[in-house]
Amino acid sequence: MRSDRGQRAPLGLKIAAACGLLFLHLPILLIFVYAFTTEEKSFVWPPPGLTTQWFAVTWNRPDVWEALSLSVRVAAISTTIALVLGTLCAAAVSRTKFFGRETISLLVILPIALPGIITGIALRSAFSLADIPFSFWTIVLGHATFCVVVVYNNAVARFRRTSGSMIEASMDLGADGFQTFRHIMLPNIATALLAGGMLAFALSFDEVIVTTFTAGQQQTVPIWMLEELIRPRQRPVTNVVAMVVVLVTLLPILFAYYLTRDGDQIAGSGK
Amino acid sequence: MSFDATMPRATAPAILPGSGGMRGALSDLFWRRPKVLLLLTLLPPVLWLGIVYIGSLFALLAQSFFSIDEFSGLINRQFTLRTYGDLLQAANLDIILRTVTMAALVTLASAVVAFPIAYYAARYARGRWKALFYLGVMLPLWSSYLVKIYAWKLILAKEGILTWLLAKLHLLWLLDAWLSLPVVGGNSLSVSFTGTFIVFVYVWLPFMILPVQAALERVPGNLVEASSDLGASPGQTFRNVLFPLALPGIVAGSIFTFSLTLGDYIIPQIIGTSRLFIGQAVYSQQGTAGNVPLAAAFTVVPIVIMGFYLWGAKRMGAFDAL
Repeated sequence: MRSDRGQRAPLGLKIAAACGLLFLHLPILLIFVYAFTTEEKSFVWPPPGLTTQWFAVTWNRPDVWEALSLSVRVAAISTTIALVLGTLCAAAVSRTKFFGRETISLLVILPIALPGIITGIALRSAFSLADIPFSFWTIVLGHATFCVVVVYNNAVARFRRTSGSMIEASMDLGADGFQTFRHIMLPNIATALLAGGMLAFALSFDEVIVTTFTAGQQQTVPIWMLEELIRPRQRPVTNVVAMVVVLVTLLPILFAYYLTRDGDQIAGSGK
Repeated sequence: MSFDATMPRATAPAILPGSGGMRGALSDLFWRRPKVLLLLTLLPPVLWLGIVYIGSLFALLAQSFFSIDEFSGLINRQFTLRTYGDLLQAANLDIILRTVTMAALVTLASAVVAFPIAYYAARYARGRWKALFYLGVMLPLWSSYLVKIYAWKLILAKEGILTWLLAKLHLLWLLDAWLSLPVVGGNSLSVSFTGTFIVFVYVWLPFMILPVQAALERVPGNLVEASSDLGASPGQTFRNVLFPLALPGIVAGSIFTFSLTLGDYIIPQIIGTSRLFIGQAVYSQQGTAGNVPLAAAFTVVPIVIMGFYLWGAKRMGAFDAL
């Protein structure tokens, strides 16, 4: 038993920690206010008036819908690929010891450890060397590559907590490998996979750096936003889209946290 | 752990009937020869990452040894070191130096801001507060990168909330004085290095908090008590006991802040001056200038810097804190 429970924190530390957390959260909250501003041309504060008309304007913008649809499709397919690859890799690494195991983990983590621009330009130069034209699938190729690590991290942690004797017991009771997987392993890792899948979805939905190199003319939501940031056309629409993006990424994170909260605190580590 | 989730559903018989045919044979093979199963499970991810990712990295490396024909603008696919020679021009060295300085400053500042949050979360927050702190760091970490930058564009704009706040506090003279300084100043905060710096710190801060918190959580509380029992002041305890034990965590966090700052090109493009960072140089070289070899050579710079950084970090035991 540690003896430091119940001690009071010094006031200075409390203030510094609170200020730090406010620093992290206030800018995001500000987005919610700006989505309702009546001001069109500048970022003036405080907003001269509040209105909900920009939600209707955004709703009727076909380019926003196209970007959203592309982002969702890319994220869905990349997440599916990442789920398969990440689970396979996690199963192999956590169940058995073999030569080069550390290298495999490094290989999985590398796409996220190196700066995104390196992944992006590497993929782009590979596409150009191999004469592959940019398409929906070049975006998916990039996204799936860096989404694997999120699924892998969640699955590995869960595999480590799953005791191997349950699998042996299942085999002893006459189940074959597939039945054991279906009835014993899958129920055990399901929530970890769901959490990993959601984080992968959020990661793909939000990715911009790699996408700028692999997308060609198509626009995902982040690419659309980047265009608006560099050359603003209609600021209120950008404000509304920004708010929606915050909400869309927030929900999977909260749900993934809820799924993995007891025991393995790995939901987001290793982004 | 919930046990009912691990049991087969109640309707299934306690002992499942063995399946014959192909499926049974395959299952038997996997059981007798685990290596076959291992190979089959490893093959898809290794092939994917090996071909798509490692293959691309080699393609990139290969490009950096090509050169561009200055007259036709075509890429000459023959081995040469000339592109790396171009990298050593004064303008390019300037870019590298600027980026590394920024990365170092951002890392330092993130460590200072992150430490109290991590310290409080690791040692004082319990139960509900602990979860709150965890989510409080996790949510900004996972919030959209572009939205975060956009939020700072709103804050730092000349007509934005920061100017308004300073005006209310009668501190506008301070802002003006800061903006009139050379290098760090500018027309407004959103087009100055100060702005770039603030946004970098903001965006990478969670990456610093998490490993520092993990390192601090491993420090036994009675070490701190022992130190104060032996007569150390809180400051001395911090300097001689806590800080050295938290250092691997800080170094681990700095890997992220340093590497991410080295490679970023969007933040300095949206909030910053017209002077380039490595990421922007890469982007413009491969895009508008069409000089892919030079862009490739530029990306080798952060890879090499990070290689040395990781080597040093490993010697300081930072990987145990990840």
